[in-house]
This record gives sequence, structure tokens and C-alpha cells, in this order.
Amino acid sequence: MDVEIVVKLKKGLLNPEAKTIEKSLGLLGYKNVSDFDTKRVFLMKLDAKSAEDAVKQADEMCRRLLVNPVIQDYEITVK
Amino acid sequence: MIGVLQFPGSNCDYDVLRALKDVVKTDARMVFFKNQDLSDLDGLVVPGGFSYGDHLRAGAIAAKMEVMDKVKSLAAQGKPVLGICNGFQILCESGLLPGALGRNTGVKFVCKWVELEVENTTSAFTSLYTKGEKIRMPIAHGEGRYLCDEKTLKELKKDGQIAFTYVGENPNGSLENIAGVCNREGNVLGLMPHPERASEKLLGGEDGRRVFEAMVNYIKSRK
Repeated sequence: MDVEIVVKLKKGLLNPEAKTIEKSLGLLGYKNVSDFDTKRVFLMKLDAKSAEDAVKQADEMCRRLLVNPVIQDYEITVK
Repeated sequence: MIGVLQFPGSNCDYDVLRALKDVVKTDARMVFFKNQDLSDLDGLVVPGGFSYGDHLRAGAIAAKMEVMDKVKSLAAQGKPVLGICNGFQILCESGLLPGALGRNTGVKFVCKWVELEVENTTSAFTSLYTKGEKIRMPIAHGEGRYLCDEKTLKELKKDGQIAFTYVGENPNGSLENIAGVCNREGNVLGLMPHPERASEKLLGGEDGRRVFEAMVNYIKSRK
């Protein structure tokens, strides 16, 4: 099963990378850009019994390694 | 005996070993992260560097290695555990210390001497400083912005767990200028500045040496 995990900084936390890119776009003349954001996507093939099982396994991976719950949120999609 | 924990990518390990053996003149040995017996250790330092290339998040992969269960066990026995820079990131990622270290607000890697204020003088590593004392140590990091939620911040303040704060300019955007925190018991400390790089006059300053001297005193007091 194809699993996609999107990880992003928790709402309200400053994302310095996104701010820097937004500023750079401004320097290139794109003055109409706001709320620029970046996310990280993890993709994997997962051997699982069902979509539910895949989500369960991916969720465990997030909690154990892929995500730092102090500063990040995540979303799992099974395709 | 104090251990200096090496992961693939640690690069301040020998600096710390020198500070312990040659400057503070205590028994110390390297501890490679694989298949290690830590039972002879009275304390441990997790040094700086770029463990696992800083991939995923700084310190995240090292924090999940099996050896960290043994480090947690040392800490639970009351033995002193010190995390410096990447070591601080590893201790936070492992759950030994509260909070997390995010990307510097200025995005740049910051490498310079900074002024710190000593906020806590009761931990295993800060007992030789005076409260409010201003000291100098170098920093060198790209992900040193200390972050935690409001509840944790309240607890840190209530329990005196904020060990060091940056004075003047905040170099990385850390919450409340936090440069180092300890656990509630005071035997685990993490800090972004490098005390080993400020342990001898030759290096440009000696203010960091007392972190290691206090650690040695703490170990003696436990025996």
C-alpha cells in the first residue's frame, strides 16, 4: 500500500524557512504572496493487511520517530 | 568514570574528553553507541556534532537508538547526564528533557561567542556558578531555537529548570532566551552553548569549565 505522511510545524509556530522564501519571492517582485508555508512529505510502500492497518502502522512510526509532537502535526493518507 | 557518548556524526567528542581528562582531570572514556555496557559509568556526556547527518530532525535518529534506553536508566539512577548542542537536541528528542529545538529564526547557522546568564545554581552542573552571574561560551548551531508549550514553560519556571539564558541578543529565537534546561531532579542538563570550548584560557575563555567541575563534584557527593 502507498502511504503518504505530511508533516508540518504546529499552527502559530514561526517557520523560518517559509518566511525566508516568502521574502525572496518579494525580492523577485511577487509582492502579492502571503501566508507562504512549507511542509514535509514522507512516501513509502507498506505491507499491510488493510488500509486501517496501514494507518495504524504509519501512526506508530510517526509517534516513535517521524514526528516531534512538541512542534509538529501530521496527516496520514493511504492510497 | 564519565562516558562520552559517540554516535555516527558526533564531532565534539574528543573536545569533551579532553575537557574532562586533561582540564578537569577526571576519569573519562569514550562510549560508542553500539553494544555498550554503561554500568561502570558515574555520569555521561552526549557531545555536539551532527549525529546521523542531522537528517529528519537534529538528534531525532540518535535519540531512538537502543543505547538511549541505557542513558535513561543512568538518569533514573540519579547519575548526571549532560547534553551539549546536538547532545541537547538528542536529550530533548529522547524525552529526557522537555521541549524541542527548532530551526534558528534567522535560518543561518550561528557560530560565535555569546553572553549567558546563570539562572539555576542547584543542578548537578551549575552548582559552581552564582545566580545571575554573566558568563561567556561559544555557540555553533542551525537548530537551536528552544521551544515548548505554555504549560511546560510554566513548569520550567516554577521548578527552576531554566539553567542558562542568552543575554542581550537572542541568537536563534529561543523562547524566553532559553539556552539550557535541566530536568526537575537537576541531574540531566542540556544546553546549546559549548562549555568544552570555553574550558581553557587558550580557547578564549574558561567560563565553561565549571560545568564539568560541578559534574565531578556532584558525582563525588553521591559516593
